[in-house]
Amino acid sequence: MTSTRPLDRFRSSPLLWPLVALVVLLAANAVVRPSFLALRFQDGHLYGSLVDILKNGAPTLLIALGMCLVIATRGIDLSVGAVVAIAGAVACSSIVGAGDPTSAKAAFVGMGLALALCAVLGLWNGFLVAALRIQPIIATLVLMTAGRGIAMLITDGQIITVRNPTFRTVGAGFLLLPVSILIAVAVFVLVAIVTRKTALGLLIESVGINPEASRLAGLRSRTIRWTVYVFAAICAGIAGLMISSNVSAADANNAGLWIEMDAILAVVIGGTSLAGGRYSLAGTLLGALIIQTLTTTVYSMGIAPEITLVFKAVVVIAVCLLQAPKVRAVLLRRTPRRPARPVSDAEPAAAQHAQTPTASMVEKVAQS
Amino acid sequence: MSVDAKQAPREAGRAAVVQMRGISVEFPGVKALQEVDFRLLPGEVHALMGENGAGKSTLIKALTGVYTPTAGVTLLDGREVSFSGPADAQDSGISTVYQEVNLCPNLTVAENILLGREPRRFGAVDGRACRARAAELLADMGLHIDPGSVLAEHPIAIQQLVAIARAVAVDAKVLILDEPTSSLDQDEVAELFRIMRVLRDRGVAILFVSHFLEQVYEISDRMTVLRNGRLVGEHLTADLSRLDLVSLMIGRELGALAEVERLAGQAGEEASTVPVLQATGVGRKGSVAPFDLQINRGEVVGLAGLLGSGRTELARLLFGADRPDSGQVRIDGKALHLRSPRAAIAAGIAYCSEDRKGEGVVADLSIRDNLILAMQAANGWARPIPRKTKDQLVEKWIKALDIRPADPDALVGKLSGGNQQKVLLARWLITKPKVLILDEPTRGIDIGAKTQIQKLVAELAQEGMAVVYISAELEEVARLSHRVVVMKDRSKIAELDQHATVDDIMRLIAHVDERSEAVAA
Amino acid sequence: MTTSATPVKGKAPLGAILRGRSVPGRVVPVIATFVLFVLLFGVGAARYEGFTSGQVVANLFIDNAFLIVIAVGMTFVIVTGGIDLSVGAVVALSTMVAAASLRAGLPAPLVVLLVLLMGSTLGLLMGLVIHYFEIQPFIVTLAGMFLARGLCFVVGVESISIKDPTFRSFATAAIPLSQNVSITWSVVIALALVAVAVWVLHRTRFGRTAYAVGGSESSATLMGLPVAKVKIGVYVISGLCSAIAGLLFSLYMLSGYGLHAVGMELDAIASVVIGGTLLSGGVGYVLGSLLGVLVLGVIQTLISFQGTLSSWWTKIAIGTLLLLFIVMQRVFMRRQP
Repeated sequence: MTSTRPLDRFRSSPLLWPLVALVVLLAANAVVRPSFLALRFQDGHLYGSLVDILKNGAPTLLIALGMCLVIATRGIDLSVGAVVAIAGAVACSSIVGAGDPTSAKAAFVGMGLALALCAVLGLWNGFLVAALRIQPIIATLVLMTAGRGIAMLITDGQIITVRNPTFRTVGAGFLLLPVSILIAVAVFVLVAIVTRKTALGLLIESVGINPEASRLAGLRSRTIRWTVYVFAAICAGIAGLMISSNVSAADANNAGLWIEMDAILAVVIGGTSLAGGRYSLAGTLLGALIIQTLTTTVYSMGIAPEITLVFKAVVVIAVCLLQAPKVRAVLLRRTPRRPARPVSDAEPAAAQHAQTPTASMVEKVAQS
Repeated sequence: MSVDAKQAPREAGRAAVVQMRGISVEFPGVKALQEVDFRLLPGEVHALMGENGAGKSTLIKALTGVYTPTAGVTLLDGREVSFSGPADAQDSGISTVYQEVNLCPNLTVAENILLGREPRRFGAVDGRACRARAAELLADMGLHIDPGSVLAEHPIAIQQLVAIARAVAVDAKVLILDEPTSSLDQDEVAELFRIMRVLRDRGVAILFVSHFLEQVYEISDRMTVLRNGRLVGEHLTADLSRLDLVSLMIGRELGALAEVERLAGQAGEEASTVPVLQATGVGRKGSVAPFDLQINRGEVVGLAGLLGSGRTELARLLFGADRPDSGQVRIDGKALHLRSPRAAIAAGIAYCSEDRKGEGVVADLSIRDNLILAMQAANGWARPIPRKTKDQLVEKWIKALDIRPADPDALVGKLSGGNQQKVLLARWLITKPKVLILDEPTRGIDIGAKTQIQKLVAELAQEGMAVVYISAELEEVARLSHRVVVMKDRSKIAELDQHATVDDIMRLIAHVDERSEAVAA
Repeated sequence: MTTSATPVKGKAPLGAILRGRSVPGRVVPVIATFVLFVLLFGVGAARYEGFTSGQVVANLFIDNAFLIVIAVGMTFVIVTGGIDLSVGAVVALSTMVAAASLRAGLPAPLVVLLVLLMGSTLGLLMGLVIHYFEIQPFIVTLAGMFLARGLCFVVGVESISIKDPTFRSFATAAIPLSQNVSITWSVVIALALVAVAVWVLHRTRFGRTAYAVGGSESSATLMGLPVAKVKIGVYVISGLCSAIAGLLFSLYMLSGYGLHAVGMELDAIASVVIGGTLLSGGVGYVLGSLLGVLVLGVIQTLISFQGTLSSWWTKIAIGTLLLLFIVMQRVFMRRQP
C-alpha cells in the first residue's frame, strides 16, 4: 500500500495475529449469518454488514491513526475523546448560531472553526509534552478531565441538534460508499504516504526510540513531538465531526466516550508498542477493524450491546497474550546470542590483526 | 612463562571459597564458555580479565545463577551449589555490584542498604534502628554520609559505594565487582580501593572486573584470563607483566597501536595552523568557566582531565548540546549562533557522546537508518535520501569501518559496543564534518575495535579534519593528540603541545590540589 | 544523567525549613495540597454562610468515602509505577453483584465476602498478567475495565435497588459526633482503611519494597527483593479497595447499576496526583491522596453552594488543578523527561 515495507514485515510479522483474529471474526459471522458477507447495490449506494463495519469504524480508525504516531514518539493522548466532544459541540453550536443554519456556508464555517480549535488543543497538549516535558499520560489527562467540561460549557449542557445537509454528509452521506469511509481511507493513505515516502516516519520512530540521541543527531525532536499531538487532535476533530454529523447532534457527555481507549487498543493490537518506536499503520487499521467487527458481531448475534465490553476485554487479553509469548520466545532466542555477538566481534578483528607485520615481534615478547 | 599456572605456591594452604570446574555455558549454536576452571580464595582480590566477549560476564552470570551451566560443577565452601538467580546467590553469601548502580534512587541510603532485611519491630520496619545500622555499616567503610538522605542526592561514586555497603551488609563471603570504576574519577577509585582492601583484609573474596589495566595492577592479587570463552591462564598479578597480560587477553600483539603512533606522528608534522574552529570566552554558568580554544585543520586536540573536570561539558557547549551563555564560536571565521545541536551540525560540527546507548545510537533502528540519521535530519523530513544513495553510503561505510555484522538491516541495539561506536562515527562522517568531537570513543570496547578507532582518528586528521578527542585514558590522549587541553575543576587550565607526556598532564591536573597529587603520585 | 558531575538534586529549601533536616522536595506537593485545601475551605467559609458547619465537613467525608478508598488502593499501584484503570468498573461490578446477590436472597455477610473475594481475584488476575506476561499495566487494566463493565451488564442491564434490611440499616445509620454532626459507617471504614494503608505502605517491608519497585524495578530485582509478590500484591490491594469502595457505593446509592462510577478512575488518579504522588512511581503518600480527595470534595461543595455554576465546572476545575500540580511536580522534582 505504501511501499514494500509492510509486505516485508508481514512475513515475520506482528500483523499475523491481528489478521488471523480479524479473519476468524469475519468467518464466525459468515457462518452464523451467511448474509453477512453480502453486498447490495441500491440507489447508487453500497450496503451490507461489511460496509457498516467500515462506516462505524471510521472514527475509531481516524483517531487510532493519530494515536499511532503519538505512541510512536513514546507518547499517548488520552484527551482525544474529549476533543471529539469539543469538535462536535463547536461545529453544532456554530451552525445553530449561524444566519442560515441549513446553508453549506454555515456548515463549512462550523467545521473549520471546530478543526481550528482542535488544532489549538493539540498545540496545548504538545506544549505540555514537548515544551514543559510533562509525561504524556499526565499531560493529556488534564485535557481528558477538563475537556468534557469545556464541551458542556460550549453546549451549555444541552444536546444541540442541527439540520444541515452539508454537515450531515460528513458522517451520514454517501458517495457510492459512505463518505466517512472515504474520509478515513483518504486520511490513512495520506498519513501512509507522508510518513513512509518521506523521512518523517524514520524521524518519528527515532525520536520515540531515543529522544536524546535523536536531538544530538540534529533532529527537531520537539517539533516532531509537537506535530504528532496536533495531528492526533485534528484526527480526533474530524472523527468528532463525523460522529456528531451522523446523528446531527452534539452530545457533550457521550460523544466519543471511551474512544481513546478503543484507539489505543487498536494501535496496540496492531503491534505498535506503547513504549514507542517502531509503529505500524497497517496494524492500526487492522486493530480498528477488529474492534469494530467485534462490536458489530455482538450486535448481530442479538446479545445485549452493553456486553460488547466483555468480548472486547476477551479479545484484548487474547491478542496481548498471543503477542506476549511471542515476545518471550524472541527474548529466549535472543539471550543466548548476547555472549556470542561480542565474540564474533572480537574474533575477526583478532584474525585480521594477527597478520600485521609486527605481530611476530610481540609474539616473541609474549613467549619469552 | 607458564600459561597454565594452576597452583600458586603462596596460596597452597588456603581453601578456595568458590571453585568452578569444567564450566561450559552453551546457547543454541554458541559456546559462550568452554570447560573453564575458576577458583576464588578468601582474602584476595581476583581480577577476571579478557576482552569483550571473552566470557567474563557469562562466567559471572554462571556463578550467580543467571545462567545455568550446561556442564561443570560449582562448589561454594566445598559444597556443590546451583543458584536460581542473583537473589539466591546472595542468600548464600555471593553479592554482586554492577557497573550501573543498581539501587533505588528514590529511597534513602539506609533503605537502599538494608531493604529486604531491615530490623523490624511489631512487624513494622524500625526506621531508627535501620538508620543506626546503616550508619554503622557506612562508618565501617569510612563513609560519613547521612543514612537518612535520599540516594539520588549523592554523586554516582557515593552511590556505588552504597551499593558495596549493601553487598557487604549481608556478610558476603564473595563480592563480585563488575566494572565498578568506569564512572569514577581518580579520587573516587582510590576510595573504592581503600574499601576493597579493608574488605579483603577481613577475608572477603573479591572478584574484580575492569577495563583499566592500571587499576587491575594496583588492586588485584591474582588474575584469571579468559579468551573466546576459554581459560587462558591463572596468574599472580606480580608475576605477569602488562605486555604479557595484554597478549594473553587478545592473543596477538600491539602492532596496530604502534601504527597509530606512527600515523599520529606523521599527522603532527603536517598539522596546519589554519583555524577551523575558534571559541572565545565560551562558557556556561555551573558547567564550564569561559574558555578560549582554537582548533586547526588536520589537528587532533586532546581534552584531558578527570571525570567532572568539565571536559564533556566543554564538548557539549561546542556542539550546542547545552547552550553557552557567554562567548562566541566561529567556524572558518564565520560567527555561529549555537542554539541547538542542529545549528552546530549545519556549521559542520559533529559530536559523538560518551553515553553511546543513551545519547548515541538509536537501538531499535537498523544500521542503515542509524547511519543516515544525521544526514537525513539535516536534509529535513521532506527530502528523503533516495534508496540508491542510501544503499551506496551504507555499503561504503560498513566496509570502511569494518562494522560487524555487515548487514544493513541488523538492529544497532544488538551490536557490540565497538560496532555501535563505529556506527556512530560513520553517522557523522557521512555528514562530512569539519570538526569532529569524540567523547570517550573507546570506552568499554574491546582492544581490537579500540585500535581501529584510534587509527581512524589519526587518518581523518591526516585528511584534514579537525578532531577533538576526549578520553579518560591519558595515554590515549597523549599518543593521539597534536595539542592537549587540560581541564580541571570545570575550567581550562593549560594547553600542551605535541610532546606532552602522560606525566606532564598528570602533574598539571594534580597541581595545587594536594589530595589529587597524592593519588597521581 | 551520565556523569557524576551533575548529581540529581532533590532538595527543596521549603522542605528543609519545615523539618529542619534534609527533607526531599517530594513532601512539598503534599503540603501545597493541604494549603490549597485550607484556602479553598477558607474561600467557602468567607463567602457562604453555613459552610463552616461541622456537618459540611462531615459530608465531605460521607460523600467521598468510596473515592478515598479507591484512591488509597490507587496510591499503592502508582507508587510501584503502575496504573489501575479498572477501579471504576470494579466499583460498578461490586454494586451490581452485591445488589443481585442480595436480591437472590443471600445473607449480607456472605454477599460482602463474595464481593471482596471477587475484587481481589480480579486484581490478582490483572497483577499476574502484568507481571508474568510483561504487558503494560495500562492495557491490562483497561481490559480489566472493559471486562468488569461488561460483566455488570451480564448480571443485569437495569439498575437493581437494594432492599436488604441489614444493608439499609447500615447505610442509614448515623454515628453522632456532636449534637449537630454525624457521620456514617462508610466514613469510619474509609478512615480505618487509610490508617491501615499508611502503616502498610510506609512502615512494612511490603510497602518499602513497593517504593523500591517504583524507583527502579530492575534494581529491586537485582537487590533480591520480592518484586513479583509486591507487583502483583498492589493490584490485589487495588482490587480489594475497589470492592470495598463498591460496597460503600452501594450503601451510598442503595442500588447496583452497570453505569455507576463511570469515570471514577479518573477522579481517583487525579486525587492521587494532586496528593503529591508521582505517576512515574517511587514517590507518594497515602495521606496525600486523602488530601487530594478532600480537595476535589471541597471544590464540589463550593460549586454546589454557589448554586448558579453548572456541574461541568467541577471537571474544568479538576483539570486545572491537575495541571497546576503537574507543573509543580516538574518544578520541585526536576525529574528526567
